[in-house]
Amino acid sequence: MAELLRPFGFEFFRNGLIVATVAGAICGLIGVFVVLKGMSYIGHGLSQAIFGGFAASSLLGVNFLLGAGVWGLASALMINGVTRRKVIGADAAIGVITTASFALGLTLFAVFGRSGRNFDAALFGSILGVGWSDVISVLVVGAGVGLVVFFGYRKLLFTTFDPEVAQASGVNTARVDAMLMFALAASILVTMQVLGVTLIAATLVIPPTIARMLTTSFSRMLWLSTTIGGVTGFVGMVLSYHLDLQSGPAIVLVGASLFGITFLATGTRGLRRLSPVTG
Amino acid sequence: MTHPIDLTGRSTERTLARLTGVTCSYGAAPVLRDVDLVVGERQFSGVVGPSGSGKTTLLKLLLGSVSPSAGTIERRPGLRVGYVPQVDQVNWSFPVTVEECVLMARVPQAGTGRRLPWPSRTERVEVHEVLSRLGIEGLARRHIRDLSGGQQQRVFIARALLGRPDLLLMDEPTSGVDVHTRHEVLHLLDDLHHDGLAIVLTTHDLNGIASHLPHIVCLNTDVIGEGVPREVLSLDVLERTFGARMSILEHAGMPIIVDTYEHEHEPVPWVSDRG
Repeated sequence: MAELLRPFGFEFFRNGLIVATVAGAICGLIGVFVVLKGMSYIGHGLSQAIFGGFAASSLLGVNFLLGAGVWGLASALMINGVTRRKVIGADAAIGVITTASFALGLTLFAVFGRSGRNFDAALFGSILGVGWSDVISVLVVGAGVGLVVFFGYRKLLFTTFDPEVAQASGVNTARVDAMLMFALAASILVTMQVLGVTLIAATLVIPPTIARMLTTSFSRMLWLSTTIGGVTGFVGMVLSYHLDLQSGPAIVLVGASLFGITFLATGTRGLRRLSPVTG
Repeated sequence: MTHPIDLTGRSTERTLARLTGVTCSYGAAPVLRDVDLVVGERQFSGVVGPSGSGKTTLLKLLLGSVSPSAGTIERRPGLRVGYVPQVDQVNWSFPVTVEECVLMARVPQAGTGRRLPWPSRTERVEVHEVLSRLGIEGLARRHIRDLSGGQQQRVFIARALLGRPDLLLMDEPTSGVDVHTRHEVLHLLDDLHHDGLAIVLTTHDLNGIASHLPHIVCLNTDVIGEGVPREVLSLDVLERTFGARMSILEHAGMPIIVDTYEHEHEPVPWVSDRG
């Protein structure tokens, strides 16, 4: 028991644990919209794009949150614009832009050296180096995303389910979509340190998918997915310490295990809920 | 039949929406061309035409989700429009219960909802009332996919009604449903119309729906004809609307339209002598 509690005595671990739990919960919450709008690919692309901003800001000595934040926001709005215009080949365009941004990040690091924040941490997540500023950032973004979803619940639900009728009912769906992309970019930004850009997409997708297998109600799906995301972040972080793993893979593997358990427990009923085919 | 469909047609005392010279194009070719149309209070119209004739676009123009490339649409100030989508346009795997779906009509932006996520006590009562009115009050907590075709239609009608519309628009309300459900939906619409709601629906079902309605619009990019079905449904209008020859029979005072298929070869006689 004492061994289990030992890491809680370290400040870096407590910070990492708070960030992982809150980040998991935020990704679980925003992931519901990502999954239901069929944006999983965009979530992955955006996290890769933000890596470019992370590399540039760390080399230029600009504040990480500011640099990667501006980069991420610009990418988010650009992706949103391309997607909304329903251009043929939009997914390919997004793929090119985001992967190019990721490649630029890798190149910058290769040419100018891996200075600033830890390179591996940005890719795969690390608990080391999680400071108070990270804790505060994740709490601020968590509160912001929570408030946006709470007070925007009705228009978010309507826009996600039936954008055309929502717009005709007076909802500014373009603004709602932009707001979601902004929330997604902010969530990725504060999650990057503990999860790593290559693994963030999993935390956006796994909790909502598990939640969807457990419920047919939208409000319950939001609650469940947020809780599952938070628990996954917490358990994954604790395991990463004890098993001496990087935090990102540990959190994702805990999520994948939960998915497996849910799949075994719900069987075909759970799968049927995920299937778009009536039956 | 418990309630015959109204055949009388109704005068349109006040205009809800008026389309003047409306042309609408998504690409180079217009989907609708120079359409003039008036939707009045207490109107009950069916828009008929083949696939791609602009029926859904016409509804979306009235809804306000599509803008015309030329011409004008005037709507009565403060006009509230309810929209019931085509069944196969709905994402049935989306996680919403019947109650959550119906409550979508209450967004703050529509001027009828509040910001808090959960429904107020008044909203709960109103949802219960509208579900009871449509005979699906026991299904509030069910997922929208776990319902019959007729019940699914009613959920979306309920959502539209909760927004207290003056005009109800329905896209192919009876496509892909069985005869029983079609009758159910038609009776329900007739009841709502009797209660004072204006309704415009699209359909490609001439006999099952269009000929039962008080007013129809035959559409094929242009408006080919409009008025009372008995008067509008002529051989010429049908051929220009559907691009195919048809015949009109009459049964119980109603026109019955049948395809006139011209065989290129002699039809194969039924083989009666099986040896």
